[in-house]
Amino acid sequence: MNNTVFSINGPVVKAANTRDFSMLEMVYVGEKRLIGEVIGVTDEFTTIQVYENTAGLKIGEPIESTGAPVCANLGPGIISNIFDGIERPLRDMTALNTGLASANSTNLPINPFVTEGNSLFSLDTEKKYDVTVTVKVGDKLCGGDIYCTCPETALITHKCMVPPNVEGEVTFAVDRGQYCVNDTIIKLKLADGTELPLTMVQKWAIKKARPVSKRLPINRPLITGQRVIDTIIPIAKGGTAAIPGGFGTGKTMTQHQLAKWCDADIIVYIGCGERGNEMTQVLEEFSELIDPKSSRPLTDRTVLIANTSNMPVAAREASIYTGITLAEYYRDMGYHIAIMADSTSRWAEALREISGRLEEMPAEEGFPAYLPSRLSEFYERAGYVENLNGTEGSVTIIGAVSPQGSDFSEPVTQNTKRFVRCFWALDKSLAYARHYPAIDWNSSYSEYIEDLSDFFNKNVSPDFMALRQKISNILQEETKLMEIVKLIGADVLPDDQKLAIETARVVRVGFLQQNAYHKDDTYVPLEKQRLMMKVIVELYVKSLAALKNGVPLSDIMATGLFDKAVKIKYDIPNDELEKFDGYFAEIEEKIGGLTVTGGLL
Amino acid sequence: MSLQYVGLKDINGPLVALEGVKGVAYDEIARIRLNDGTERIGRVVELAGDKAILQVFEGTNGISLTNTRTVFSGKPLEIPLTAEMLGRVFSGAGKPIDGLGAVFPEKMGDVNGQSLNPVARQYPRNYIHTGISSIDALMTLIRGQKLPIFSGSGLSHNKLAVQIAKQAKITGEDNADFAIVFAAMGVQNDVADYFRRSFEETGAIERVCMFLNLSSDPIIERLLTPLCALTAAEYLAFEKNMHILVIMTDMTSYAEALREFSSSKGEIPGRKGYPGYLYSNLAALYERAGVVEGSTGSVTQIPILTMPNDDITHPIPDLTAYITEGQIVFDRDLDQKGIYPGLSVLLSLSRLMKDGIGEGYTRSDHAAVSNQLFAAYAKVQDARSLASVIGEEELSESDRAYMRFGVLFEEHFLNQGFDENRSIDETLDLGWDLLCALPKNELDRIDEKLLEEKYNPERAARFLGDTIAVKSDIANEL
Repeated sequence: MNNTVFSINGPVVKAANTRDFSMLEMVYVGEKRLIGEVIGVTDEFTTIQVYENTAGLKIGEPIESTGAPVCANLGPGIISNIFDGIERPLRDMTALNTGLASANSTNLPINPFVTEGNSLFSLDTEKKYDVTVTVKVGDKLCGGDIYCTCPETALITHKCMVPPNVEGEVTFAVDRGQYCVNDTIIKLKLADGTELPLTMVQKWAIKKARPVSKRLPINRPLITGQRVIDTIIPIAKGGTAAIPGGFGTGKTMTQHQLAKWCDADIIVYIGCGERGNEMTQVLEEFSELIDPKSSRPLTDRTVLIANTSNMPVAAREASIYTGITLAEYYRDMGYHIAIMADSTSRWAEALREISGRLEEMPAEEGFPAYLPSRLSEFYERAGYVENLNGTEGSVTIIGAVSPQGSDFSEPVTQNTKRFVRCFWALDKSLAYARHYPAIDWNSSYSEYIEDLSDFFNKNVSPDFMALRQKISNILQEETKLMEIVKLIGADVLPDDQKLAIETARVVRVGFLQQNAYHKDDTYVPLEKQRLMMKVIVELYVKSLAALKNGVPLSDIMATGLFDKAVKIKYDIPNDELEKFDGYFAEIEEKIGGLTVTGGLL
Repeated sequence: MSLQYVGLKDINGPLVALEGVKGVAYDEIARIRLNDGTERIGRVVELAGDKAILQVFEGTNGISLTNTRTVFSGKPLEIPLTAEMLGRVFSGAGKPIDGLGAVFPEKMGDVNGQSLNPVARQYPRNYIHTGISSIDALMTLIRGQKLPIFSGSGLSHNKLAVQIAKQAKITGEDNADFAIVFAAMGVQNDVADYFRRSFEETGAIERVCMFLNLSSDPIIERLLTPLCALTAAEYLAFEKNMHILVIMTDMTSYAEALREFSSSKGEIPGRKGYPGYLYSNLAALYERAGVVEGSTGSVTQIPILTMPNDDITHPIPDLTAYITEGQIVFDRDLDQKGIYPGLSVLLSLSRLMKDGIGEGYTRSDHAAVSNQLFAAYAKVQDARSLASVIGEEELSESDRAYMRFGVLFEEHFLNQGFDENRSIDETLDLGWDLLCALPKNELDRIDEKLLEEKYNPERAARFLGDTIAVKSDIANEL
């Protein structure tokens, strides 16, 4: 029977008196075939959220059922592409001539707008890939087994896998050669005797997690080259982290730095309800930046999902799920993926907006009552796992949170806090002082420290965690002392406390602050991080000993070693770590020398 | 011809409902003719079965359930577009109100616009010179950026907007392509007049296209004002390859109009009664700035909003700052000290600045100077709060240096005349002069080599010569 549009309110469309639709089914709405999803079914009305702009839609236009949920197309061609929230390729969209309302046509050589109602396929169907088939006729395959591989970019080898829940015997396989994504590569004879042809593309419902064989313990760090993260508040591969911060505190900047430098194989960057220019910046920067390990542009390992703030709100809700589905697919091949979601608050607001249009009973601050369960469903899709095909892979989620009014007690921040194990709180006053990354070491935490300490001690140096602890202690001491200083000034403190404050200054300025625009400082290897900590700790311990011997603090400061320690990050290039020896010798000599003169007085 | 619908079902605030309509599209425009011969414009905001809800731009005064005849146009709201719009004044709904007659359109443009594809954007990099030291040095405006001014009632944001409008110029290129689109939403008559007069006096009026919705005009028209202005701006920028600066004031009135509209529609309110879609709605406006592939023009936005009760966490400034690429914030204390423009340096920020300054854009030492000025001024605040507790006499030597620096910075750097147009070299040199008032070892954000080359305590002498004045300033401060 023909279903038609009964009512329209923004992105929410209803059909009346029908029983044809099932929950979360994808539908085409109207003459323009706008993509929508069924979000409510009652006897009377079927409620649909439309992922595109509904302006111009009329009552009585047809609604077409597809019988399947909203799916992502998974296959070669995803990496280095840029998609909108429902996986439509934005690059190909610029080539579309809309032929719609002439009012919007321009004399530009390309179509600069996101056009609705187009049914572009996510992947390039004409590109030929160099396919190597890894199975032969007669092989028995289960869900997750790899049947062919092809180089997708210079960095990533794509491995096509039998969809989960499918198993059978290979009855046909093509030879090695050049194939397009929609060409049949193998055929499987299923248990019921039917034959299933497999191409290089499979579909997967975006709201359903892809199955794994089992979850593995999380004990390897995601190395980011950012000192405050790697040493003070580390995150593990397969872990979850939130970056909350008011506007202007550098959330996006921090996410960009992580996307550029972390040691994941693939980055999925979701621009969810954020600025258009930021996505353009990511596109530009990542194609110029060269990955140090492979000397290829970073775009070769990056997927971008861009649903900017002015794009339709329902697709914003979907963008998060699309992103994580793509990530899980690559994880199944045995890769380590890091997802940057910027920002999960915009996603929550999309939920609120749709919920409001549905006239649902609001909970806290107008957010729907199911906000926490949606958030936890999302974060639980992270993990370090053994895949169905026996490989190991991980999905790490790093979600930015934009609290309203910079108030961390608002519902999105509070609920997120319950589901993540690593919390990098960005602080306004640090950002105002241009202390970047503005991660506040007092209110941030990582529950992964214990899980990861073995790794650091084994792979970097046995003293790594001990040094880290000392640095944290110095910072804590400073926080305590600053309370006093705020009341009575620094002059009245005894010398050993003044020393702690001076050392903490070195830690803050020389270690925690990191310059993303400096060629050596933008990424710092773990060994250099350790040596920097060691210099600071050494300086502190030696100076404290000198103080005990009666050397006045002013003499110690006059050696200039503290100011020199602040500048280590710029003065020692990442590949000349032997220069640290000079620093240790100088500390020994200068501060040690003071003890003697002090003794003579 | 088209169907006429006689009479209405309901009237609620600016909204009217019709029953029995057929073939009406969401967002379509309708003409409502009254029995007295006048005509009003309405827009479809909700459809359910055969019932349509329309918002009436001119308000519903005098409308009854029986005295109307409604005709649907089959099209969204379109305004005529032409390069001749410059120098003209329009109402918030895009009708000429300067008595010069209708414009001859080159084409009609849908005011709703469409979202720009991020792939088709170009990352904004070129800076716009404003001649205002604090903005040029510390929160540089970039072509294609959206940089709002957060102000409060009674502060000099209008004066600043006029100064920016008259001094703004694009470096290194022909300024003939530069024009201003001005949208006033819910501003008082004399404020609109102030802008018009200022543009006339400076001769800028020829390059300005104004859209005026005064505070006494209907609120639905207010919701259209920025849409019309941005449609005109996009046309001039992307099709006529011009550089357009859009000044929109006051976004607070706009958001309040949206709240009023939402509540009369019976929607579930979000924070402070604003509708849940306030963010998306504002984003749909602010995101219409940028530079697109294939055109040499650009749209730069300076929205102005007054923060209710000077509260920056109020939903309007809060959501705005999450969408825009930075913010310029007024500080009431500075304003009261007589500093113009009294901008709060620490709260202000330009996110696109980092890629649009330095060699090839402004000057190679720009980043160093601005970082150091920010850091130093942040320490000034620490020193001041400490001084307010323990007294200035008890401060350490370096804290006292910062106290002095703070006063000099506000007096000489932030403060400038309404007609003073400082070049970027003047601004940065002034920054260096002031930094030289601090001990050398305090300048930790500047590269050793650069510091060696530029640092010279003599440079600050011209400010310190009048030390008595400075001391008394500090005394006043405390």
